[in-house]
Amino acid sequence: MAERTHGAVETGIVTVTVRVSRFHPETDRSSGQQDYLVPAGPGMTVLDALVYIKEHLDGSLAYRSSCRMGICGSCGMFISGLPRLACQTQIRALGPVVTVEPLPNYPVVRDVVPDLEPMVTHHTAVRPFIVRGGEEQEYPTAEYLQTPVELDAYLQFAYCIKCGICLSACPTLATDPAFAGPQALAQVYRYSADSRDDGRRARLGAVDIAHGIWRCHLAGACTEACPKGVDPALAIQLLKRLIVADVLGIGRRRGPAPVAPPDMQAQRRPDIPAAPPATVPGGSGAQKNQP
Amino acid sequence: MRESRWWILSLSAAALMVVLLTLHMGLMHLSGLMKVLGVDPGDVRSFAAVMERGRSLAQMVFYLLFLGAALYHGLYGLRSVLLEVTPPRGQGVLSGLVLAAGLLAFAYGAYVTVRTFTG
Repeated sequence: MAERTHGAVETGIVTVTVRVSRFHPETDRSSGQQDYLVPAGPGMTVLDALVYIKEHLDGSLAYRSSCRMGICGSCGMFISGLPRLACQTQIRALGPVVTVEPLPNYPVVRDVVPDLEPMVTHHTAVRPFIVRGGEEQEYPTAEYLQTPVELDAYLQFAYCIKCGICLSACPTLATDPAFAGPQALAQVYRYSADSRDDGRRARLGAVDIAHGIWRCHLAGACTEACPKGVDPALAIQLLKRLIVADVLGIGRRRGPAPVAPPDMQAQRRPDIPAAPPATVPGGSGAQKNQP
Repeated sequence: MRESRWWILSLSAAALMVVLLTLHMGLMHLSGLMKVLGVDPGDVRSFAAVMERGRSLAQMVFYLLFLGAALYHGLYGLRSVLLEVTPPRGQGVLSGLVLAAGLLAFAYGAYVTVRTFTG
């Protein structure tokens, strides 16, 4: 393996110093730092470097990762001064010394593993799912009708992968741990703007509190940090508009999207096999509608 | 009451202050500019002029509105700042203290204004 100094040749191997925050809750009272020299080839990510360290240099290093492709949101870390996904961050773009720390605004489990419980608590409190009244919620009979325009109203906010990076970038959360945070607030808007949903009132009430949406400073740090291009700051502003319209009783009110009636006239082509029997009693009824 | 109602009140107070503050600044502190615009407020800061204004019902309502809007807007902002460093269990006490300070300040300001009006 040919080692060269950092930045000498794009295609070669350079040695990068990875300065990792170390903390063991059973033996340490505060976190320290440890340097590792990692040979970095083209395309190497910070996550690759951590994998290298764990496999070749120090098996005691703890970090969290899963998909390695920016989908699961497991590897959120504070890398060289910014919260990012380790699997999406090219290590050679950060200079000869790369610092890796746990995400701010979270308790630390160990080393660079944050405890995401605060985010999960706020996320679950806002009922992040489609809410429908009556029997349709428990025993759905068909799909809901939704136009492409109605889909566009919330689609970008549905790309959230719950990595927690926006909360670590949020200046309000840095001083107010009870603040709902951009992730949960963006999800409130995502579901409240969904034409299929009928749970807006309860959801808005959950964040229309002293430590809720009105504490947002609109710094926009959440939007800058989001690795998926979601704009939580925009969602929060749109959510404020929804709440104000709700309180003042202004604006267009709409009912939840209707359930699409089963197409009784449809004929299954003979070369397409019949749908399997429903696995849940009283399920979709697709089997019944087949000719 | 939902927090949004307090927030909307704060915004409404800000909007009201824009109007009242513009009038106040124009008449009391920017007489040169007002003259350019064709309005001569006169010597508004002389003792006689101040006392005369104080006995006007319109001026009393103006100052009470101004006082209420400024106090509410300012103290709501202060409460928002302090809420960030106050745990949820202490927010009731904080809101109570801010409300008490606001009522006290309004009572004092209103007393002076009304006393001037009644002579």
